[in-house]
Amino acid sequence: MSATAEMTPAQAPRSATQNACKLCAPLGASMVFKGVQGCLPFLHGSQGCATYIRRYMISHFREPVDIASSSFSEDDAIFGGARNFATGVENVINQYQPEIIGVATTCLSETIGENMIGMIREYQERYAGQGAPLVHVSTPSYSGTHSEGFHAAVKALVEQLVPPESVTHRDTTRLNILPGMVSCADLRHLRELVGLYGLSATLLPDYNQTLEGESWDQYHRISPGGTTLEEIREMGANAATLELGHTLALQKESAGAWLENHTGVHCHHAGLPIGIRLSDAFFTALSQATGRTMPDSLRAERGRLVDAYVDAHKYIAGRRVAIVGEPDLVTSLAAFVSEIGLQPVLCATGSKLKGWAEQVAAEIEPGIEKPEIVKGADHAQFSARCRALQPDMLIGSSKVYPLARELDVPLVRVGFPLHDRFGAQRLLTLGYRGTQNLFDLIVNAVLARRQDDSVTGYSYL
Amino acid sequence: MSEETANGKGPLGVEGPSPAEAMEQMLEVYPKKTKRKRGKQMLLNDPQTPKEIGANSRTVPGIITQRGCSYAGCKGVVIGPIYDILHITHGPIGCGWYSWLSRRNMTKIRAEGETNYLQYSMSTDMQEEQIVFGGEKKLKEAIREAYEEFKPKAISVYATCPVGLIGDDIHSVCRDMKKELGINIFGFSCEGYKGVSQSAGHHIANNGVFKNMIGLDDTPVEAKYKINILGEYNIGGDAWEIDRILRLCGIHIIGTLSGGVSYDEICNCHMADLNVVMCHRSINYMAEMMETKFGIPWFKVNFIGLEGTKKSLRKIAQYFGEKELIDRVEEVIAAEMAEVRPVVQDVRKRTEGKTAALFVGGSRAHHYQDLFQDMGMKVISAGYEFAHRDDYEGRDVLPHIKVDADTRNIEELEVEQDTERFNLRNTVERKKSLEDSGFDFSDYEGMMRQMAKDTLVIDDISHHEMEKLIELYHPDIIGSGIKDKYVIEKMGVPCKQLHSYDYGGPYAGFKGAINFFKEVDRMTSTKVWKLVRAPWHEDASGEASADAELANASV
Repeated sequence: MSATAEMTPAQAPRSATQNACKLCAPLGASMVFKGVQGCLPFLHGSQGCATYIRRYMISHFREPVDIASSSFSEDDAIFGGARNFATGVENVINQYQPEIIGVATTCLSETIGENMIGMIREYQERYAGQGAPLVHVSTPSYSGTHSEGFHAAVKALVEQLVPPESVTHRDTTRLNILPGMVSCADLRHLRELVGLYGLSATLLPDYNQTLEGESWDQYHRISPGGTTLEEIREMGANAATLELGHTLALQKESAGAWLENHTGVHCHHAGLPIGIRLSDAFFTALSQATGRTMPDSLRAERGRLVDAYVDAHKYIAGRRVAIVGEPDLVTSLAAFVSEIGLQPVLCATGSKLKGWAEQVAAEIEPGIEKPEIVKGADHAQFSARCRALQPDMLIGSSKVYPLARELDVPLVRVGFPLHDRFGAQRLLTLGYRGTQNLFDLIVNAVLARRQDDSVTGYSYL
Repeated sequence: MSEETANGKGPLGVEGPSPAEAMEQMLEVYPKKTKRKRGKQMLLNDPQTPKEIGANSRTVPGIITQRGCSYAGCKGVVIGPIYDILHITHGPIGCGWYSWLSRRNMTKIRAEGETNYLQYSMSTDMQEEQIVFGGEKKLKEAIREAYEEFKPKAISVYATCPVGLIGDDIHSVCRDMKKELGINIFGFSCEGYKGVSQSAGHHIANNGVFKNMIGLDDTPVEAKYKINILGEYNIGGDAWEIDRILRLCGIHIIGTLSGGVSYDEICNCHMADLNVVMCHRSINYMAEMMETKFGIPWFKVNFIGLEGTKKSLRKIAQYFGEKELIDRVEEVIAAEMAEVRPVVQDVRKRTEGKTAALFVGGSRAHHYQDLFQDMGMKVISAGYEFAHRDDYEGRDVLPHIKVDADTRNIEELEVEQDTERFNLRNTVERKKSLEDSGFDFSDYEGMMRQMAKDTLVIDDISHHEMEKLIELYHPDIIGSGIKDKYVIEKMGVPCKQLHSYDYGGPYAGFKGAINFFKEVDRMTSTKVWKLVRAPWHEDASGEASADAELANASV
C-alpha cells in the first residue's frame, strides 16, 4: 500500500495493460440498474464479479450496493449456468421481492456463450408473466469498458421496457433525461433544472437516492429511490429526450435514438454540460425540448460564473493540465478547461471508442493548442506522457494520485472511482452551478499550491 | 443464563427472542431447498461439544453473499502482498483492476532503489480476439515486456475465468518464459469459478508458493530464535506491530506469509525453527507441507487481543524453552501492559456489557472476539465468510470432513520429506519432547469452543439474515466488511470493517489493541444516531408529522 518507491519511468507497454484507466463493463451496467426503483442487479457468472464490483462501487458511494450473482461453480462453467440462473432468480425474488431484475453478463458467461434470451424466456414461462420483469444486457469486459457497459444498460432498459410503438398523444409536462455516468448531486441538479423549466423529468438512470440515501427508519431490502418501471415504460410518450454525452453520437443507435426511432419522441443530444459553452448548448436544447426560455435564476447563475471566470483568469491562464477519465467526461472537461484559459496538454481515456479523439479535438477552444489525445490509454502511458509534458495540474480519479505525488502537482479529483476523498456522490459538475463548483476547485488547487510553494506564504492572494 | 433470564433478558443476555426463535425467523422466508441448506449453516453454540456446521458449501445462487472468488483469494490475498514479485493477471481488465491495491496489505521496500510492484496492476487486458483465438501469445508478450521494463526477480501469472475456459495453458507459458528470461516465473490456475469461495484460491496459492518459492535459498539465518508467521497479511500494519513485539523479545521473523514480505524472505523461510499460524484458514496447508518436507513444527497463535497476544508470546518462548527468552517475554508483556491497562480501564467504563456480532473472514470472526472480551463486551453471534468446518469445530474434526466435488477439484500436493534438508535443526525431537509434556502442536480448537453457550453461529451470513439479527437484537457494534458495512449502518448499528479496518489500524499486538479499544469506544459511544430522528418525528410510523413539528416550534 504505502508506495515508498518511486515509479520507474514507464514506457507504454505494447501488449499488456499497466494500471488501466478503465473498469469492467458489468460495473457500469450495475450502476445503471441501481438507478431503477426496486431493481436488483444480477450478474450471471462467478460470484467474484459481483463481490468485486460491489466493493468498488461502495468505496466510491459509501452506500449499500447489493448485486446478486448466479455463483458459477466449476461444473456450471463447463455445462452451462442455466440451473444456477433459475435458482438465483428464484431466490432473489423470494428474498428481495424486486420490481425488476437487471441481468448483466460477465466474461465467464459470455465466453461459454450462455443463451440468455432462452433462459429469460424460460423464466417468463415459469412465472407466466407474473414475475418481476428481467432486463438483460450483454457486458463482456473483453469488448468495452465500464463506460460502455453503462450506456449499454441504459439502452437495454429502454429497448426491453418501452413499448416500440409510435405515440401520438404526448405528455408535454415530462422530459426524458439520459444523463450518463454522473454523480448523485448531478442527477438531483438535472431534475431541479428541468423543474425550473416547468417540466418534470424522467431520469434514466436515477441513482441519486439509492447511492446517496438517508438513514433508514426500517430495513429496506432494496435501497429506496430510482426511476420507476412505470416511468420507464412511458418514456416513449414524453415531450422529448435529452441525452447527455458526446460518445452517444458515435453509437449506431443510442438509447435516445432508439426511443425516437421507435416511439417518435424527439431526442436532443448534448455533451455533459461542463463549462459555459457546453452548458449553453445544454440549456438551449432544454429550451427547445420544453418550449420555454431560461429562467432568470439560471441567467444569474451563468452571469456569476462568467464573472468568476474574469476574476480568476489571472491565476489560471496558461497553466498546463492533463486529463484522464471516462470518455464523455474527458471530452467535456477538455472543452471546459480550454474555455477558462488552461492549456490541456494531454487528454486520455481507457476506452477505445472510434471517433472519440476527434470529438475531443473538436471541443478545444479556438486559439488553444490541441492537446495530445490518447484513447485506449492506461495509467502507465498517461504517466509517461505526463513526465514528458510536465503539466501543472492533473484532473482525474483517485487512481491518478500516485502520479500527482510523483510530479508534485495538484490533482483535481473528478470521475470514477474517488476513494481517497470524501463526498464523491456530492461532487456537482454539471450546468453553470456544477461548472462553478469545478472552477472553484481548480482555481483553489492552483492558489493552494502557489501559497504552499511561496517563500512568504502570505494569506492574501 | 438463568440469572440473565431473571433480569428479563433472553439467553443471549440481551433483549429479544430466544436464539432458536431468531434462527427460525431468519430461515422462514427461504424456499424449501434453500432453507434446508441455510439451516445447516446456522446453529446454537455448544462450546463443550461443537456441533457440525455446513461450512464451505456452495453459496446458493441469488443469495447475496460477501464471499469472493478463487482469484481474489489467490492473487488478492495470499500472493498479492509479496511486493517484489511482478504480478500479472491474465484476463479481461476487471479482475486485475479490482485487485489493485484494494486490500490494505502494507509494504515497505527493503532497500533503496527497489521498486514496490504492488503499485502496479498488470493485466493482459484480454480482448475478443484472444477469447476466440487464445491468449497465450499475448501473455508471453506481456511477460517479456514486463521483464524488459522492470527486471524483477520473479513474475507470477494469475488466470481469470475465461482463461481456463478457452484452454490457455498458463503453466507452459510460464515454463517457456522462465527458460527464456532466466528468472523465476510461475502461474496460478485460480479461475474465479473454482471452489466455493476465495478459500479455494488460498489453497491454490499455498500450493504455488510451496512449489515455486519455498526452499530456494538455503542461506542460514543468524538469529537465535527464528520463526515464520504464517497467515498474517499486514492489514493496517498488523505484521509490523507483531514484528515490533517479537523483536523486543529477541525473536526473529524470517518470513511473514504474506504481509510486508519479500520474495527472498519466502525463499529462505524454511530455515526457521518454528512456524506459527495466525489465519488458520488461509495457510494451514503451508504449515503442514513445510512440516512434512522440512520437519518444522507449527502451532496456532493469535496476536489479536491482549490475552491472545500474551498467550502466543509465552507459547513461543516455551517452545524454545530457554529461561532468558521466557523471562524476556514476561518483561515485554509487563512493559506493554503498563501502557495498555489505563486505556482498557477507561474504555471499559463505557463498553462493559455492550454486545457485538462478527461476520468476517476465515479467522477474524474468531480472533476479534478476544479484543471484545478484553473490553468486557459480549459476542452474541459470529460466523465466517469462507471458513471450513475445522475453523469452527476445531481440527479434530478434520478426518470427518466429507470432501466434496468443489474441494476435490483443488490440487492436493503430494509432499515428501526432503532427504537433505529435513530436520536440520532438530525441531522434530524438540516437538516430540514438548508434546510428551502436554504442549499442543498442529492445533486449532476452532471458534465455537471459545463462544458462549447458545450464542448464534451463522456461516456465510446473508443480508437477509443480518437484517433479522439487527432487528431482533440490535447489537451495539457489528464487525464485518465493506460490502455490508453501509447496510448495517443504515439500520443504526455501527459497523467496523475488519478486512480493511476502515483505513485504520494496526489492531494486532498491544499498540494495536489500544487502537482498537479507542476505535470501538468511539463507535459505540457516538451520539450521531440520535440525530437520525428530528425533534418533530414523534409518531411511531416514522412519518413526519406536521402537527408535531408545529407543537415543537411553539414550545
